Amino acid sequence: MFPEAAGWAIFLVPVLSFAIISLITRPFFNSRPRISAYITIASISSSLILSLWALVSVIQAPGHAILLEPHDWVTIGSTTIQVGIAIDSLTAVMLIVITVVSLMVQIYSQGYMHGDGGYHRYFAFMSLFTGSMLGLVLASNLVMLYVFWELVGLCSYLLIGFWFHRPEAARAAVKAFLVTRIGDFGFLAAIIFLYAKTGTFDIAELYVVAPALLSATALTWAAIGIFSGAVGKSAQFPLHTWLPDAMEGPTPVSALIHAATMVAAGVYLVARTFPLFAQSPQAMTTVAIIGGFTAIFAASMGLVMTDIKRVLAYSTISQLGYMMLGLGAGSVAFAIFHLANHAFFKSLLFLGAGSVNHATGTFDMREMGGLKKYMPWTYAAFLIASLSIAGIWPLAGFWSKDGILLHAWGSTPVLFYLAMITVFMTAFYMFRVVFLTFGGSYRGGSEARSAHALHESPKVMLIPMVILAILSITSGWLPISGFLGGESMGFFEVLSHPMPWVSLILAGLGILLAYAMYSAKWLSPEAVGRRFQALYRVLWNKYWFDELYERVFIFSVLVDGLFLVLQWFDTYIVDGLVNGVAGATIAAGGILRRLQTGQLQVYGLAIFIGVLAIAACLFIFAP
Amino acid sequence: MNLYLLSPEISLTAFAILVILLDLVIKRKGILVYVSILGLITSAVFAATLWGGEATTFGGMLVVDGFSIFFKFLFIGVAIMVVLASVDYVSRIKRFQGEYLALILLSAVGMMLMASTGELVSIYISLELTGISLYVLTGFLKDPKSSEAGLKYLLLGAVASAVLLYGMAMVFGLTGTTHLGDIATAVSSGALGSPALLMGIVLLVAGFGFKIACVPFQMWVPDVYEGAPTPITAYLSVASKAAGFAVILRVFYTAFGPVSLDWGMIFAVLGAITMTLGNIVAIPQTNIKRMLGYSSIAQAGYLMMGLAAVSSLGQSGLLFFLVSYAFTNLGAFIAIIAISNKVDSDMIADYRGMARHAPLLSLALALCLISLTGIPPTAGFMAKVYIFNAAMQYGLLWLVVIAVINTVISAYYYLRVVKVMFLEAPASQERVPSSGALRFALCIACIGVLVIGVIPSYFLRIAEVVVRALGS
Repeated sequence: MFPEAAGWAIFLVPVLSFAIISLITRPFFNSRPRISAYITIASISSSLILSLWALVSVIQAPGHAILLEPHDWVTIGSTTIQVGIAIDSLTAVMLIVITVVSLMVQIYSQGYMHGDGGYHRYFAFMSLFTGSMLGLVLASNLVMLYVFWELVGLCSYLLIGFWFHRPEAARAAVKAFLVTRIGDFGFLAAIIFLYAKTGTFDIAELYVVAPALLSATALTWAAIGIFSGAVGKSAQFPLHTWLPDAMEGPTPVSALIHAATMVAAGVYLVARTFPLFAQSPQAMTTVAIIGGFTAIFAASMGLVMTDIKRVLAYSTISQLGYMMLGLGAGSVAFAIFHLANHAFFKSLLFLGAGSVNHATGTFDMREMGGLKKYMPWTYAAFLIASLSIAGIWPLAGFWSKDGILLHAWGSTPVLFYLAMITVFMTAFYMFRVVFLTFGGSYRGGSEARSAHALHESPKVMLIPMVILAILSITSGWLPISGFLGGESMGFFEVLSHPMPWVSLILAGLGILLAYAMYSAKWLSPEAVGRRFQALYRVLWNKYWFDELYERVFIFSVLVDGLFLVLQWFDTYIVDGLVNGVAGATIAAGGILRRLQTGQLQVYGLAIFIGVLAIAACLFIFAP
Repeated sequence: MNLYLLSPEISLTAFAILVILLDLVIKRKGILVYVSILGLITSAVFAATLWGGEATTFGGMLVVDGFSIFFKFLFIGVAIMVVLASVDYVSRIKRFQGEYLALILLSAVGMMLMASTGELVSIYISLELTGISLYVLTGFLKDPKSSEAGLKYLLLGAVASAVLLYGMAMVFGLTGTTHLGDIATAVSSGALGSPALLMGIVLLVAGFGFKIACVPFQMWVPDVYEGAPTPITAYLSVASKAAGFAVILRVFYTAFGPVSLDWGMIFAVLGAITMTLGNIVAIPQTNIKRMLGYSSIAQAGYLMMGLAAVSSLGQSGLLFFLVSYAFTNLGAFIAIIAISNKVDSDMIADYRGMARHAPLLSLALALCLISLTGIPPTAGFMAKVYIFNAAMQYGLLWLVVIAVINTVISAYYYLRVVKVMFLEAPASQERVPSSGALRFALCIACIGVLVIGVIPSYFLRIAEVVVRALGS
């Protein structure tokens, strides 16, 4: 039997590690930064062990769920807010994914962040980040979930802006915080709406009572509200713009944000509240359309980026779109299965990009090339992750992506076709990265280091990458989809169906095209770019979405509009107020202060006047 | 006559005398602080042994119930914090260190008695015991400001006492008794709603209003708070105020329950005026002690919402608010003591960039100010939610609206200090050292603020259990 205390410990231990680092090691052992890394790694390791224990217990438990009674947190009048944790198969899978990826990232960070002035701060935030995400997946009610949801957002703000002295980093952090906040308003509104209608925050209870108490339309709106939170966090269209900029943080942070925390929270939220979505076909369709569209939309932008982390960022958005498509198509099992597989290979891709940056000092692929020779381990790991994300049998990505495609075919064929095109694009842009970075010969450049300085990264960075590479191959073989209530396919049996062959052929074509353009040079990328110049410009400018938001939306609509409103407000309201209330407040402060003469007689007099005034009022107004 | 019921007060008095005697014979005055704390802890232990029972002695003059023991713990806790916060002060004043500490202990005895009396004359006596100790403590420093503050406090306190005594005399004259329970019986059988009784009640409100510093009996607050030694200011703003509320709860619920007069409405109107005035005048203040003085007036206004909502929810809300407020306000004052030890100024402008050279201290002060504003996840937020809810349930929507507007106004001056500390460039790079005792006390206050803010249910339950002793 799994004790409740162990469940709480899963997320409280990393939070404790945050407290220890910020209160003890940072102030008192500032000169010995390694201690902070060790504390973080130890705390996340223990969370991992406890998560494994939870997983085993869930597998053995009847109905794959450990039921725990919630505790009353605060009672205000007749409203009782509870806190509690619940562990079912979905939570168990998430716990493992988060702790494994986070642990690998922390180990890797020891090498990557070596010598950084903010070493303690970095590990403190990383601990809190992981702890918040673990708390989010463990929470059994919406209030607690929302608290951790915001904490995850706060931590990512702190980590994206980790190098706060760089203006781009500070800007990116603020952008991430604000853009996700737009979605959070919808989520918060949905929580309050659901509570007003049902009187409960408990998620398991909502599964039962919400469909009974809410009309179909109300349920759709509640689901859309929840989904808007997920759209912000998981960087889905049209709130996707923050994620590519979020690469301004240290690369291991990106690995964590893009794989196991932050963006995964949105997909998890929809999966967790899926019974509500399932009641509303409109909500399901919305999720599927947004997901399917985001998948191809983001992938198309990934085709032309020259910054390795930006390609990976668009790839994440695209893959998250797949997951949303899976959810919208009705398969929680394959969406979460893909989330798990994606977590492993995407974190590996980011760690690989970090390793490359560690050697070359740049993220610009135009200044790389030929790194295969200097960094064989990084190359091998990166190649495995790329094959996995492209969905090549029998690597991890293949199994979950094909499951999603299968479900998309069953629900909305249009989205299925889009997803198939995305398969081709994914394979192309990933192998474009592989060939540009590792193939050919080293180009070097303005920011990059010279070739003889190139070296493989230290072991502390390579070992986590090797472990993640193994997982990127094998995690698809685990019966995760079956455990989550979906179907699972036989290892070879799957190849007897036609659909996997279609997607394999498309992926193969994508790789081939990338090979033709960037390795064998049968086709000149410049010539292709010129041929499709208009399209190229659209993609290169990211469909002008940042411009749209910043110029049109932020400046024209918000700033100018706000300015007009403010001007009107200033002229007609504020002036009135200043002369009235606001002025009165300040003036009153002044006058009342003047009453405070410091003269004893006045004070004494005030007491008697007060007595008389109260008595007079009483005799006049009291019955 | 069971003397053991008085053991917390007796033991504390004994320790106060011991402190004075030790002061005469020993050279190392630092020991006196420990003796005082030992005395307070001993008293708390005695109080703990009385927990759970309900008894009266001295012919009903002394009531020992959950309510009074709750307040005994509160006063002892606050006194311990004040003693810890005084360590630096005590070491700096060369003379009369023993008296300083002994007076703190004696005023605590007075407050403890205030919370457990069931009779008007003993209320008056314990009130005076508290008051006189505090007058002396206020004027303890040998500077003109402190002396002026002490004298003002003494004279105005005497006026308030006279008013109170006058009210008590009227109530006694009309009911023929000073026992609260008997007053209730007499009131319900005859003197219901007579104008003289109303006048008596108004005079009692004025007398107690002076203690809790509600408008229009608050004029002494800024001058006294500014002039008194800062630990004593903290003591006045928390313990003395709490004692006033304890007496009001006891007197009004026990004696004036059956009065036809809606005395809750008096407190509602006075509370609304008090919080508004406190907050508005706090805005232009430039001295942080004065600002916190007005802030404590405003907080008294919120607290009076608990009196205005005449229900067990209002009572428990008031007690819960008092505990939260005690931690928060003590924390704020202790942080100010630590900072002003170094900066040697109480001007808000001199707190510029404090976060750079005293990061933890600034963080602690910011936390307490955030709690005073009432922003989660702090104690102040929970306390406000609870007491606002009590007023709402009692039907005082207008009061809640005023209180919420006031909360928004108050954010301006509380957060301004946070802004000055964190966002402005520092005036100097010197670090601010503070004694271990001070840091310890500050640490406790901050932990209290956070713990109550995050897991309030335990404290709420205590408050709810305790008010059952009072009845309504």
